[in-house]
Amino acid sequence: MSGIADMLSAIGRSVCGGLTGIGEATRLMGRLVVLTPAALARFRLVADQIFFLGNYSLAIISVSGLFVGFVLGLQGYYTLQRYGSSEALGLLVALSLVRELGPVVTALLFAGRAGTALTAEIGLMKSGEQLAAMEMMAVDPVRRVLAPRFLGGLIAMPLLAAVFSAVGIIGGWLVGVALIGVDAGAFWSQMQSGVDVFKDVGNGVIKSLVFGLTVTFVALLQGYFCQPTPEGVARATTRTVVMSSLCVLGLDFVLTALMFSI
Amino acid sequence: MQKSRHDLWVGLFVVIGAAALLFLALKAGNLLSLSFEPVYRVSARFDNIGGLKARGAVKSAGVVVGRVTRISFDDKSFQATVEMELEQRFAFPKDSSVKILTAGLLGEQYLGIEPGASDKTLLAGDVITQTQSAVVLETLISQFLFNKAADASNAPAGKP
Repeated sequence: MSGIADMLSAIGRSVCGGLTGIGEATRLMGRLVVLTPAALARFRLVADQIFFLGNYSLAIISVSGLFVGFVLGLQGYYTLQRYGSSEALGLLVALSLVRELGPVVTALLFAGRAGTALTAEIGLMKSGEQLAAMEMMAVDPVRRVLAPRFLGGLIAMPLLAAVFSAVGIIGGWLVGVALIGVDAGAFWSQMQSGVDVFKDVGNGVIKSLVFGLTVTFVALLQGYFCQPTPEGVARATTRTVVMSSLCVLGLDFVLTALMFSI
Repeated sequence: MQKSRHDLWVGLFVVIGAAALLFLALKAGNLLSLSFEPVYRVSARFDNIGGLKARGAVKSAGVVVGRVTRISFDDKSFQATVEMELEQRFAFPKDSSVKILTAGLLGEQYLGIEPGASDKTLLAGDVITQTQSAVVLETLISQFLFNKAADASNAPAGKP
């Protein structure tokens, strides 16, 4: 009898815990939305975060973009030449990068490169009781610490995704045109006739904005509500990567279905 | 205003990001081919439009002179109505004909305008009546097979 009661209470506890987590997340989101315009007034803090999140990610993003472009060029050529339409290589590379791979892979790398750093930083601030000390001095930690990071991530992510796509297209060009010998004119002209500025490039930018918001928010949330112990910070950092990757992939499906449905 | 040692690098990062966006818009996308020329709208009716899509090109002598804006179905005449925007600077005779052509063997389909000989020109809202529908590959193949079959059945009857 007590076994069933224990089980029921365990279920209830986990459901309550989950709902509390969602509630906390919503409350933090609301405060961030309210406080983010205020962060614009002290843009130096935001600029420092753009430097921390964006500049440091630039190397990994551009190198990954280059190699993804190489692979797209090789694989795309292999498939397209079977149907005698290897001139469409540019279109294939550009569309897959701008629509999908650019925003998604950048978001996954951004979660690993910048999201973890955010979570660990804020988690350590919390375990070092710096956030509590700020509150004691009547400084709102959400306003002073979290909002600039949120805005910084929001600005850095679309720029990084654009760099990824651009470098990837150059990578595809290097493999397709310089290495394999696809006609350069056809490569660019097919790309230009098939890629729409607003429908493809614009929607890619919107996607990367949404992913930037998601990844940065998950990272801040995990850091802000982590257990203030070394294990707690470690767990929160792991959860940041897992949760933000899953959110990005799930959201990508929803966004793709909304934007590119025929 | 206080100077930050990061300003230079943040500026560089933003410039690189903006340059990448510009590259995507200009080199990969077709921002340059967006035209803000004044246009006039005409429409045409087709028995079959094949794979023609909205935003498809309208060409005359191979040069793009406009875009397809809307494709709809008319349930009175059971025909497709294709609306297109032609650039104002190009005037076409009123008896011009339109046909649906294909770029290459399997490429995308576009409208081709064949100029007529009339002195009057097409005006906004006009309906082009002389049209030629898309060539549907399946119809061609079935016609070809049908002819073959007819030949084959005629041949034995021809020589008793």
